[in-house]
Amino acid sequence: MDNFLTGREKQIVRSGDTSQKIQCAKPSLAGSVSQRACVFCGSRVVLYPISDALHVIHGPIGCAAYTWDIRGALSSGPELHRNSFSTDLHEKEVVFGGETKLYESLSELIDRYKPKAAFVYSTCLVGVIGDDMEAVCRRVSKEKQLTIIPVQSPGYSGTKKDGYKVACEALATLVGTSDREIPKISINILGDFNIAGELWLLQEYYRKMGIYINATITGDGRVDDIRNAHKAGLNVVQCSGSMMYLAKIMKEKYGQPFMKVSYFGVEDMSDALYGVAKFFKEKELMENASLLIKEEFARIMPVIRMYKEKLQGKKAAIYVGGSFKAISLIKALRLIGVQTVVVGSQTGTPEDYALIQELCDEGTIIVDDSNPIELSQFVKEKKADIFIGGVKERPIAYKLGLGFCDHNHERKEGLAGYEGMLNFAKEIYATAMSPVWQFTR
Amino acid sequence: MESSTTKMPGSAASVRNACKLCSPLGASLVFKGIHGCIPMIHGSQGCATYIRRYIISHFKEPVDIASTNFSEETTIFGGHKNFNLGLDNIIRQYRPEVIGISSACLSETIGEDVNRLIKEYRQMNWGSELLPELVYASTPGYQGTHIDGFHETVSATISTLAVKDAKVGEHINIFSGFVSPQDIRHLKEIISSFGLDYVLFPDYSDSLDNPNWEKYHLIPPGGTLVSDIKRTGAARGSIEFGYILNEGAMNTRVNKAKQVLTAGEWLEVNRNIPYHRIGMPIGIKETDKFFELLEWFSNKPTSQKLKDERGRLIDSYVDGHKYTFGKRAIIYGEEDLVIGMVLLLLEIGIEPVLIASGGTGGRLKQMIDELTEGKTKDVKIMNNMDFESMNEMADELKPDIIIGHSKGYYIARRLNIPLVRIGFPVHDRFGAQRLQHLGYQGTMQLFDRIVNALIEYKQENSPIGYKYI
Repeated sequence: MDNFLTGREKQIVRSGDTSQKIQCAKPSLAGSVSQRACVFCGSRVVLYPISDALHVIHGPIGCAAYTWDIRGALSSGPELHRNSFSTDLHEKEVVFGGETKLYESLSELIDRYKPKAAFVYSTCLVGVIGDDMEAVCRRVSKEKQLTIIPVQSPGYSGTKKDGYKVACEALATLVGTSDREIPKISINILGDFNIAGELWLLQEYYRKMGIYINATITGDGRVDDIRNAHKAGLNVVQCSGSMMYLAKIMKEKYGQPFMKVSYFGVEDMSDALYGVAKFFKEKELMENASLLIKEEFARIMPVIRMYKEKLQGKKAAIYVGGSFKAISLIKALRLIGVQTVVVGSQTGTPEDYALIQELCDEGTIIVDDSNPIELSQFVKEKKADIFIGGVKERPIAYKLGLGFCDHNHERKEGLAGYEGMLNFAKEIYATAMSPVWQFTR
Repeated sequence: MESSTTKMPGSAASVRNACKLCSPLGASLVFKGIHGCIPMIHGSQGCATYIRRYIISHFKEPVDIASTNFSEETTIFGGHKNFNLGLDNIIRQYRPEVIGISSACLSETIGEDVNRLIKEYRQMNWGSELLPELVYASTPGYQGTHIDGFHETVSATISTLAVKDAKVGEHINIFSGFVSPQDIRHLKEIISSFGLDYVLFPDYSDSLDNPNWEKYHLIPPGGTLVSDIKRTGAARGSIEFGYILNEGAMNTRVNKAKQVLTAGEWLEVNRNIPYHRIGMPIGIKETDKFFELLEWFSNKPTSQKLKDERGRLIDSYVDGHKYTFGKRAIIYGEEDLVIGMVLLLLEIGIEPVLIASGGTGGRLKQMIDELTEGKTKDVKIMNNMDFESMNEMADELKPDIIIGHSKGYYIARRLNIPLVRIGFPVHDRFGAQRLQHLGYQGTMQLFDRIVNALIEYKQENSPIGYKYI
């Protein structure tokens, strides 16, 4: 490991070694091939699923092109979000400013698509040429009588996680701008992005329990629902890395309580349903939850046991965006007999990492903001059979002869909920048992 | 720029679903074509990550691109510290032979003098045996498109490394442009069959399409050797594919007078190397031009094997001509690829009804009209196009087929017509690395795929369900 980066030593720890506490939330080192993106990316991925809003990227073409329809975030209605709108800045705007182009772009796009609101994202370039984006947004907002929210997300102004915060701030300006009455037993679902329709599955669970779903933020999201989000009785927050900040703002501003959950794996999924039922202190909710969970267990557990038998003894490496998701993954893998030997994330928190250290078997490598060199050596050292990650990790796994399960936002298979657990087990099984490995190992 | 060939319907200022990418992506691809090279983007972290993701999804290979990871502080005080640390860290991790540095919007706008930074770094590390070659290409993302970044980087690599005052060798240079790994492999086969010594650059035929490995390679094997890139300066001639090449970058500059030379032009001006510019060898006529050049360079006739390939291609044209004749096509992509495709389509009787590029060169219409001797005079041929503009025009054009990369799939889906995937990116199919476009062989593949797409469409939409045609 003599080719590891100096200055990253404290971002790598091993489970069982209590003398070490992992360092995280640090900017990536220059010259590293970090798997992280930028502030703009963080804001863009969080806000993107709001499907009846116009999302305009004020910047050069790349920022818009690379984020066009990248998330499998489904909508049950409008699909305006699946377009990529850009002001496509050229050298002319770098020299003379891009405000006119933004004004013209916004105006024509609003006229053409009649959105419910508009988000305007700034990029590195706009950050340095100093366009007064807020002034342009205010002007168009007045002229078109439309809510236009500037999202200040120049790529260099922090890490991807800072972009989540900027997105939450943008959302917070929408929340509370409508006053529609809704049932008392109601929740907002925060931090599910409806990848492969996962949100719909969750909504079904909650509805079966007798809970009214107010706003979904941002999967299958709608501007008007978000405006009314402060009315819900509880914010249920998944993907806490991206959405906790919004939940905290809403608590402070409207006294709205929140609960951190995960929908991944049967344990965490069930905890989420029980937790929400318990919060509302209604006996019926608890009974419904219990019934639902029983039914789902009866349905999926025999299949899960079959997979467990076959997968027993396999080892997995996990590298995902957020550390909270990693925790659920470790548990879900354990359920199907797979031991986690490497676990890391791009933007993890100290609390989650501490829990991971506790949860994992001794010797498990835990890593923050890793890179291809480290990951390739870790999986070799720990003799992992399967890698769970995103697009950028896939070729590393394959070249090393490891199976791979895509757990990023591009995936087309739902992995949340009970059904998702089955899909997950099936995918892990398929990749671990494929006969192709006989030619590589 | 003529307004009639570049104006987009429905949107004047904004770009809606871009049919182009940014120049640092092109730079990274070229750097992947240098042996032992790690690309580094001098700018924000997102640029490298997005570009990696985009390239990986097409080639399905590990693609490491480092970044100098600008922070707020770097942006205010300059990237000098990050630049040096970045190079140090890459060397420590990868021990590369070359670090391919490209700029990005951010570093260009704050006025980073990368050439000076390189000079200082070299001075600081003088004598270190780990010091790699440092090649720099200026590729601000607000200038031109990915294809301009590509050509700029080819040219920058050559002008940095090509030897001077060397004895003229027997070899020739091939600058084949942005083509698939399989295209490159085929080109090498063709040139070798003439017994010619050559340097092909950039050669990512292995580095972006590697076999499965016994052990993990930090830098994937493959790429044009540095020693070969150096001897481009002593070649007896250069062949460069493309009629438009880097004109898009020049056209989006405020000061358009400043000429940027392509690699072939640079070698002609600075190393006195005769330069031959031809189109991408797609279709029979354009491929013939390439073979004529190779015959001339080698003083040998085309081998029987390749002549037979040409013969078989003509034979398939004949066999399939009725299925293609009169069919209406929309074609989009990089300007030079699109030109090659249009010339092929005209050879098989397909009528292009919209020829579009997100490229910013501005001369697509003029160039195609010239090459087709006016046959395309009434066809809509447009630069600066985006997908939503194409989508809005499509219904009226009544196309039978769309030819281009994956991102136009949604239009083909809406119109319920086939999409034949070519070029880059192909993010929704396997085998993008092995798609062929060039030579008689590549044309044959394209022809088969186009003809079969049309037949399949007809078959699937027929009430009968016939089994032979």
